[in-house]
Amino acid sequence: MTTRRRQKGFRELGPLIAFMSLAIFTTVLNPRFLTAFNLQALGRQIAIFGLLAIGETFVIISGGGAIDLAPGSVVALTGVMVAWLMTHGVPVSVSVILILLFSLGIGAWHGVFVTKLKVPAFIITLGTLTIARGMAAVITKGWPVIGLPNSFLIIGQADFLKIPISVWTLIMITLIADFFLRRTVYGKHLRAAGGNEVAARFSGVNVDLVRMIAFMVSGFLSGLVGIIVASRLSQGQPGVGNMYELYAIASTVIGGISLTGGEGSVLGAIVGASIISLLWNALVLLNVSTYWHNVVIGIVIVVAVTLDIVRRRIASR
Amino acid sequence: MELLKAKGIVKNFPGVLAVDNVDFEVNENEIVSIVGENGAGKSTLIKILTGVLQPDSGQIFVNNKETGFRSPVDAFEKGISVIHQELNLCDNLTAAENIFLTFEVVKGKKRTLSSRLNEDYMRKKSAELLDLVGAHFSPNVLVRELTTAQKQMVEICKALIKEPKIIFMDEPTSSLTIEETRKLLEVIHMLKARGISVVFVSHRLDEVTQISDRIIIMRDGKRVGELKREEFDMDTIIKLMVGREVEFFPRGIEVLPGETILEVRNLRWKNKVKDVSFQVRKGEVLGFAGLVGAGRTETMLLIFGINKKEGGEIFIKGNKVNIEKPLDATRLGIGLVPEDRKLQGLVLRMTVNDNVVLPSLPVISNHGWVLNDRKERAISEDFVRKLSIKTPSVYQIAENLSGGNQQKTVLAKWLATNAEILIFDEPTRGIDVATKAEIHRMIRELAAQGKAVLMISSELPEVLNLSDRIVVMWEGEITAILDNRSKKVTQEEIMYYASGRLKQNGGQA
Ligand SMILES: Nc1ncnc2c1ncn2[C@@H]1O[C@H](COP(=O)(O)OP(=O)(O)OP(=O)(O)O)[C@@H](O)[C@H]1O
Ligand SMILES: [Mg+2]
Repeated sequence: MTTRRRQKGFRELGPLIAFMSLAIFTTVLNPRFLTAFNLQALGRQIAIFGLLAIGETFVIISGGGAIDLAPGSVVALTGVMVAWLMTHGVPVSVSVILILLFSLGIGAWHGVFVTKLKVPAFIITLGTLTIARGMAAVITKGWPVIGLPNSFLIIGQADFLKIPISVWTLIMITLIADFFLRRTVYGKHLRAAGGNEVAARFSGVNVDLVRMIAFMVSGFLSGLVGIIVASRLSQGQPGVGNMYELYAIASTVIGGISLTGGEGSVLGAIVGASIISLLWNALVLLNVSTYWHNVVIGIVIVVAVTLDIVRRRIASR
Repeated sequence: MELLKAKGIVKNFPGVLAVDNVDFEVNENEIVSIVGENGAGKSTLIKILTGVLQPDSGQIFVNNKETGFRSPVDAFEKGISVIHQELNLCDNLTAAENIFLTFEVVKGKKRTLSSRLNEDYMRKKSAELLDLVGAHFSPNVLVRELTTAQKQMVEICKALIKEPKIIFMDEPTSSLTIEETRKLLEVIHMLKARGISVVFVSHRLDEVTQISDRIIIMRDGKRVGELKREEFDMDTIIKLMVGREVEFFPRGIEVLPGETILEVRNLRWKNKVKDVSFQVRKGEVLGFAGLVGAGRTETMLLIFGINKKEGGEIFIKGNKVNIEKPLDATRLGIGLVPEDRKLQGLVLRMTVNDNVVLPSLPVISNHGWVLNDRKERAISEDFVRKLSIKTPSVYQIAENLSGGNQQKTVLAKWLATNAEILIFDEPTRGIDVATKAEIHRMIRELAAQGKAVLMISSELPEVLNLSDRIVVMWEGEITAILDNRSKKVTQEEIMYYASGRLKQNGGQA
C-alpha cells in the first residue's frame, strides 16, 4: 500500500543527508557559518536558485524533452527592465506587476513555439537565452541602471522575523507549487503528459495547455527572481544571472527529477538548490579561491547525481 | 531427451510471489504450451529461462548440465531464443538490421565496433530467413512500416540466426488476426519439423490445444498441472487454470435499443476511411469486423478526435458536434479503450490508481481541480476488484503488472468514467478466459444500462457473441451492416463481406 510513498520519501533523503553533512562539515571548519549574517546570505541564495529550480521542475516534468535554458538571461533582462521603468517614473507596484506579466509572456512565447510550432524547447529557449541577454545590454548600453526607489529595495534586502523577504517568498511559492504539483488535477495531468504524452492525450488531457502553463510558471518565476536580484543589488545589472539556468537544472537533477519527464518534486528541487547554494557559501567561507568554485560545483553535481542514480538502481533490483 | 530443465524456480517481486517453486522442462522436438490466468507468472518464468531475470532460487540445466544464464545474450548463445510478449524491435532500422542486431556479421576475421559490416551477407541471409517463415517483404524495409504480424516474423528470424534449440514465444498471437495466427502456427510446426522445440503461451485455448504436444498449467505462480496431448480437454484446462468452474455468459440480456445516440455521416480520412456512415443506439453493442487495414481503428480515432477528419459529420443525440481533440470527445461522453495499451493506454510509470482515474479526474476531484485521494482510491479499488486486476495494491506502478492486468487497467480507466458512448478497440487482447467471460458480461451490462458500445475485435466469436449489429469493413469502406439480433450472423457471412464484396444496400441498416 505504501510502496510508492516510501519510495518517494526515500528519494529526497539522499540529497538531504548530503546537505546536512555539508553544513556540519562547514561549521566545524569555520564556525562563522552559523552567524545570522551568513545564514541570511545563504537563505537569499537558496531563494534565487530555489525559485528558478521550481520553474525548471514544472518544465522538465512536462516531458517531451522539455527544458528551459532562458532563466538566467530572463533574470538579467527583467531586472534591467524593472529598474528602467522605475527610473522613468513608473510607480514601483506598477513596474513590478508589468514585469511579472512580461515574464509570463516570455513563458507563453516558449509554450507556443513548443506546443504549436513543435520547435524543440532546447532551441527556442536557447534563442531567448541570447536574445534576452542581448536586450538587457541594449537597454542599458552595458551600464547598470541605478537610483532605484527605497520602497523597491525591501523586496531583496529587508527581513521579517530575521528571515529575508525573498526567503518568505520562496517558502510561499514552494507551498503553492508543491500543492499544485501533488494535489491538483493540473499536477497529475502534468505528470501524465510527461510520462506518456500519447496515453495522456487519449485520456482527454490537454497536453498542449498543460505544457504551456509549465513554461509560463518558469517564465514567471524567472521574472520574479529578476526583480529580487535587482532589488538586492539596488540596480538593474545586465550581467547578472549568468549560468543560473544551469544551476537550476542541476538543482532539479540533484533533487531526483527524471530528465525524460513525468517525475520530480518541488521539495527535491529546493533541496537541490540548497545544496548548490550551500556549496557556494562553503567555498567562500573556507577561503577556496574563486577560480576553483565552478570546478568544485561541477564535480559535486556529477558525483551527487551519479551516486543517486546508482543507489536507486541498486534499490530497485 | 531434455534440452532444458529447471527445478524449483522461485522469483519474488515486492509484494508478489510471481513464480513459486516451479519445475519445467522442454524435451527435444516438442511444442509445449504454458497456460494460466493473467498474472499467473508465465512471462516471469519465461524471462528467467531466457536470462532476462535472475531467479531467487532454483536450478537450470541445459543438456543435463547445470548452468545459469548471465544475460539474454548468454542464453541465446546456449541455444535459447525468445520472443517476448511485447515486441522488441528498433522501429528506425530495417528488417535485416534488426535481425542481426548485436550479432552483426563483419568483413574480416575479428569483430570489433569499428569493423566494416558485411551488409550483403546479412541482407541475403535475412531474405532467406524471411522466406523460410513465409514472409514476403524485403529485408530492406524499415520495421516502422511493417504490420504487427510482419514484425513478429522479423522477431522469429532474429531468434533463428544462432540456430537455437528452443524458442520461447510469449503470447505471439494475441495481436494477430485469425489468418495471421494460422500462418504463425504453421511456422511453429515448420520450426518443430526442423528440430527446434517451441514453448508457446496463449490465452486462446483452441490454438493451444491444436498446436501443443504438452500443456503446462500455472496458477498463482505455481505449476498446477500438466496434460499430454491425448488428455487435452478444454474444461479440464480451464478448471486447472482458474481453480473453479467458469460460467460462460450466453449472449442473453436482451434490451430493446433506445434512441440513436451517435451518428456519423460520410467520414473521410486520407485513403484509410472512405465515406463511412453508421448509427448507434442506446443499449446497443455495435461490433466492427474486418481484416487488418480495414480502417476500423482509424474510424474510431476520427470519432474520438485523435486524428482530424477530412470530411463528414458527427451527430450526438441528433446535434451536430465538432470534435477536434480527445478532450472534446470525452466532454461529449465518449470513451475509447485504445488498441495499444503500452503506447496509448497507460502512463507506465504512474500507479494503477493514477491511470484508472486519469480520465475521470475533472469529475471526481474537489471543485474540479483539487485531487480527492479517498474518492480516487475507492474507484480504483472497486475496479481492481471488479476486473480482478492482480496487483499488491492500487499504488503499484502500472509497468510492473502482467500484460493482461495492464489491459484490464486500461478498461477500468474508461469504465470508471460515465461515458455514454464507449468505444472498445480489441478489448480482450491478452486477457485470460475467465476474465474475458467477465468482460463480455460487463460489456453487455453496459449496453443494458443504456450505453452505446462500439467494439472492434479481430476475434470473430467475440463479435458474433456480443454484437446486436455488426459493421463489416474492407479497405476503409463499410461493405455491410448485418443485423445479429433477429437472425444470427455466421462467420462465413462476415468473411464474405470482409474480403470486399459489397452488400446490396451497403451503407444503410
Ligand atoms: N517487475 C515487476 N515488479 C513487480 N511485480 C511484477 C514485475 N513483473 C511481474 N510482476 C508481477 O508478477 C506476477 C506475474 O506476472 P507475469 O507477467 O509473469 O504474469 P503472466 O502470467 O505472464 O500474465 P499475463 O497473462 O497477463 O501476461 C504478476 O502479479 C505481476 O504483477
Ligand atoms: Mg505475460
